[in-house]
Amino acid sequence: MSPARALALFALSGLVSLPAAADGHRYPVDNPAYRSECGSCHVPYPPALLPASSWDAVLAGLQDHFGTDATLEHAAAREIADFLRRNAGREPRTPAPQPMLRITGQRWFAREHDEIAPRVWNRPAVKSRANCGACHTGAEQGRYGEGELVVPK
Amino acid sequence: MPLSPNKSRAGVLAAMLLLLAAGRAAADTPADFARRFDAEARKLDPGQGDASAARGERFFKDPHGGEWSCSSCHTANPLQTGRHATTGKTIAPLAPAANAGRFTSPAKVEKWFRRNCKDVLSRECTPAEKGDVLAYLRSLQ
Ligand code: HEC
Ligand code: HEC
Ligand code: HEC
Repeated sequence: MSPARALALFALSGLVSLPAAADGHRYPVDNPAYRSECGSCHVPYPPALLPASSWDAVLAGLQDHFGTDATLEHAAAREIADFLRRNAGREPRTPAPQPMLRITGQRWFAREHDEIAPRVWNRPAVKSRANCGACHTGAEQGRYGEGELVVPK
Repeated sequence: MPLSPNKSRAGVLAAMLLLLAAGRAAADTPADFARRFDAEARKLDPGQGDASAARGERFFKDPHGGEWSCSSCHTANPLQTGRHATTGKTIAPLAPAANAGRFTSPAKVEKWFRRNCKDVLSRECTPAEKGDVLAYLRSLQ
């Protein structure tokens, strides 16, 4: 296999490539149940930014969700699972032994954010890589384009 | 036989009461929650006194031996916008005077008391504690 072809396949794996957004860098997050149940402690993360296997794993562990209780009522759980699966990103070509639970743990995330110094992530106004809305001012609506970006001082 | 004026007036009154009841079920007020917590607290302990804003404030700002207090996310001044202690996301003010949407939905109030009390105290809050917190939040203007 030529290096270029290997690289292309690697990029297709979804582990290193940023999932394509239909409309610039806008990803759908507009399901009301999803927004209210999964968008109050953090922004409603775009389903497209993790594969379905990861979303299933996130939903399976909601009683201890990154140290907090994010359990759902039965009806909401079904609707949200459907919404996430319908809009999920591509599965990695080589499945990981454990599904990745973090958008911020993927390689494409590190690459897209490689210009950001560690001290920037630690600024009080940012606090966490998972605080997308601190920099992406359209994150609440799923918009991550360059036009809506302010890195807090 | 035509309806007597008395009877029809009673009918209108009953319809109005029904409408009123339906309206209340759709949107509760902070005062409704205060009454509910008070009744629940007295059911558990008939000697239970009235809710206290001062006790509620101490409860709200106390880390209860753990890492977080309620103010870690809702600030020590719940009239102001808060911030989630881990994710950094902004949280609209908790005091009803600053945010008319607060304490209007039983499902929402129950869910977040359950979650947040578990995060802060590693247990659920008692009705008396909820009543105190609400008395404190309602005292803020
Ligand atoms: C009670 C609060 C709360 C609720 C509700 C909640 N989460 Fe989270 N979530 C967190 C916390 C805390 C983190 C860790 C954030 C950090 O590391 O900064 C997190 C992190 C995440 C992450 C990983 C973020 C990253 O680093 O890439 C995903 C994905 C996620 N949540 C999905 C969901 C989904 C889906 C729902 C709805 C079913 C949900 N969350 C509901 C609190 C919550
Ligand atoms: C500290 C600020 C900051 C935080 C927090 C942050 N980002 Fe970014 N993000 C940036 C910057 C800066 C870029 C680079 C833009 C560029 O180079 O065009 C970027 C780029 C991106 C891109 C690529 C957009 C494009 O135009 O190619 C996506 C998608 C993205 N971020 C998603 C996220 C998600 C999802 C989160 C939260 C889980 C997040 N970001 C958190 C600052 C941030
Ligand atoms: C780790 C962060 C965090 C902590 C600590 C926390 N809360 Fe919350 N609280 C939230 C979030 C997030 C919401 C939901 C978002 C919203 O409604 O704006 C919320 C919502 C609420 C609500 C819902 C009110 C309504 O009607 O909308 C109540 C009541 C509440 N919190 C009380 C408390 C109390 C009491 C404590 C302390 C025992 C506490 N919270 C501690 C994050 C926190």
